[in-house]
Amino acid sequence: MMDASATVSLSSEPFAAKVRSHVEAGARFAGLMASAQGPRTQLLAVLSQHGSLIVERTILPEGTRQYPSLTPSIPSAHWYEREIFDLFGLAVSGSYPLEPLVLPLAPGTARPRPGSDVPLPFVTLDPTAPITRLSGEGVFTMSYGPVRSGVFESVEYLVETPGEDIPSLNLRVSYKHRGVEKAFEGLSVADGVLLAERYEGVASIAHALAYCGAVERIADLTIPMQAGFVRVLHAELERIANHLDTVIRHVEAAGQAVAFSRFSLHKERVQRLRARLCGGRFGRGVVVVGGVSGPPAMSASHLLLELDNIEAELAADTKLLMGTPSFLDRLRGTGVLSPETVRDYGALGPVARGSGMLEDVRFARPYAAYGRLGHGLLDALGEGDALARQRVRLQEIVGAFGLIRRAVEELNEFGGPPDEKWFTPVSNVSGDALGWSEAPQGEILTWVQVRDGVLTRVKPRSASFHNLAMFPLAFPKDILTDFAFIEASFGLSIAGVAG
Amino acid sequence: MPWIPRGLRNGIVTSRYPYKPDGYGAGFRGTIEVNPDRAAQVTEDVMIVCPTRAITVEGEKIRLDQGKCILCGRCVTKAPQVFRFAESFATSDLRRRSLVVPSLEESDATVDAVRDSLARRVKTLRRSIHVRHVDAGSDGSDEWEVAALTNPVYDVQRLGIYFTASPRHADVLLVTGAGSTGMTESLLHTFEVMPYPKVVLAAGVEAISGGLITNGYVTREGIASVLDVDVFVPGSPASPFGLLHGLLMAVNLLPRPMQHVNAMAEPETTTTWGREVT
Repeated sequence: MMDASATVSLSSEPFAAKVRSHVEAGARFAGLMASAQGPRTQLLAVLSQHGSLIVERTILPEGTRQYPSLTPSIPSAHWYEREIFDLFGLAVSGSYPLEPLVLPLAPGTARPRPGSDVPLPFVTLDPTAPITRLSGEGVFTMSYGPVRSGVFESVEYLVETPGEDIPSLNLRVSYKHRGVEKAFEGLSVADGVLLAERYEGVASIAHALAYCGAVERIADLTIPMQAGFVRVLHAELERIANHLDTVIRHVEAAGQAVAFSRFSLHKERVQRLRARLCGGRFGRGVVVVGGVSGPPAMSASHLLLELDNIEAELAADTKLLMGTPSFLDRLRGTGVLSPETVRDYGALGPVARGSGMLEDVRFARPYAAYGRLGHGLLDALGEGDALARQRVRLQEIVGAFGLIRRAVEELNEFGGPPDEKWFTPVSNVSGDALGWSEAPQGEILTWVQVRDGVLTRVKPRSASFHNLAMFPLAFPKDILTDFAFIEASFGLSIAGVAG
Repeated sequence: MPWIPRGLRNGIVTSRYPYKPDGYGAGFRGTIEVNPDRAAQVTEDVMIVCPTRAITVEGEKIRLDQGKCILCGRCVTKAPQVFRFAESFATSDLRRRSLVVPSLEESDATVDAVRDSLARRVKTLRRSIHVRHVDAGSDGSDEWEVAALTNPVYDVQRLGIYFTASPRHADVLLVTGAGSTGMTESLLHTFEVMPYPKVVLAAGVEAISGGLITNGYVTREGIASVLDVDVFVPGSPASPFGLLHGLLMAVNLLPRPMQHVNAMAEPETTTTWGREVT
């Protein structure tokens, strides 16, 4: 069911060699996923070459303890290997031990092994789990979290500092590991989307789209054209809301009280608009397998009018904000990621685009109705600092309004689908496939395996997971007071990292 | 300087809730209501369509546990004559059992006793309420809704409610998320260092019952397995008005006639939105 470029290697050595050769040939490493198949474990590596996906697989036989590490040549593979160690107990060959990432368990403990269909009883985490720390004269570790000052998701930052600079930083996301991947097992394909929406709640639509894309690929199904427009409408509203949220975090960190109020108001208006369209502020329930649950609950004219109002007010405030020196000074030159770093790590979304890597899944591998609605690629903005990432998001907000308008106009022109069938139900399918979408945070990849309409393994790979691994690299010349800005400029959700 | 007039641009956008109903647009799916008179028309099939097993059918009695309901609407599609979406935000409750609708038979005295006991406990807080939020394994959307309370529309400071960085200043512990085992220790520690009197609020069905990830290998049935919860705020995630209703209930500041009044009833503004198909 996978696309034609997928190959299966008979053992893990040629598998690793092939993945390395793709990266040497210029492909972007997009993820390493695992799935238990009885006592065996399947490994799946995803790469992107000029926007199209390459998939490499291998099956590790029963009793395998380790497989060849990709990290020495592909640094971004490290977090994936740590995650696979936590969930499957599989180590990598090489001299270094893997530090726990999402689930610190004592050595020798049973692992969840998602895909195995065997439930794991309630576990206790290992409080003595190792974590790398820098040592040096005068360097101390400042632990920040998991309960931080303000309304944030739980995460612990271990800031290693001699006082001002941040030569090293480590982080712990395992506090909020929820075991979502295991919870997918045994759900029907129709109910799986409900959990996909809650994997990373601020990007509910994007996760639902990636999940449904995979299921629809397995079922070899084309969604009604009109459903594609509705999907774009909701996905772009989600993008606007998320990008506004990062603006709010930036202005809050900079102490810009009026700007904070203004952008909070704009975000609230977008959330209310989303609720008026479908009944919920996060668009949950709109995207269903095979299409969408129904048309927007607002007329095109009302919707376009409301969009005009929000966009006009937002544009005026954005112009003022981007001309406020006391704000810009905090972002300019802060948290610089060089083009080499984002390329080596295969960075995703606005974090990559701020350093000149412009790939956008919406246009590289169009889904929903993006292929019909045309391109919206950005101008190159290559400074790589927090300001560049912010400019990318502000441009994407403008682009999102444009895409929504076009989607609404097309929908208005075509009317509802024949017999008002907004989705084609899918029930008794078997197979596996990857689905994707461009969340506000960047590319999501979701690997779905289903047997007779029942999910056996769902592995969402959020952009937050991939990008957060680069977070410690964004502090080359920055000091403690820049921390809040750098964190905000990544715009990530910890739920999507911890799983 | 140019920011000063900018702040005045839209006039007052702040809600008058809870003193007056808010004009939040129609169509918001705040909760699901059950029509018990039509219960005879459904079979046990409807129990199966619910992904969180929130519905129980016993003979002719049908009940929905709003503490488990993620508002997916599977039951509304399956049996529209019994279940329907309602726009109410006033769904918080002081007792887990009371989230089951139609309500289980029990004496008013029990319910009053719980309310009075909490009221006595929070009496000294008066109109200065400090809230400490802790994420105990949320999906991330809950934090957006909690943070929205400080935006100019909800503006909780007008009601004397403040978010505080230190648990040592906190009166209310607002917990989101399913209560992942990794957060248990931090959650308990935060609770312990809070001064008395203190109130615990579970926000969202994940915190109340675990929702879709209940009883996994790192979750049990919400945060009640870790802490004694005083106020339950359903929703997936709990909406800002739902949270506001719950917070005011926690500190006994809901104006009496508003106890069960919908935030959106009788909108002040006359904005109506077309429901026609695009």
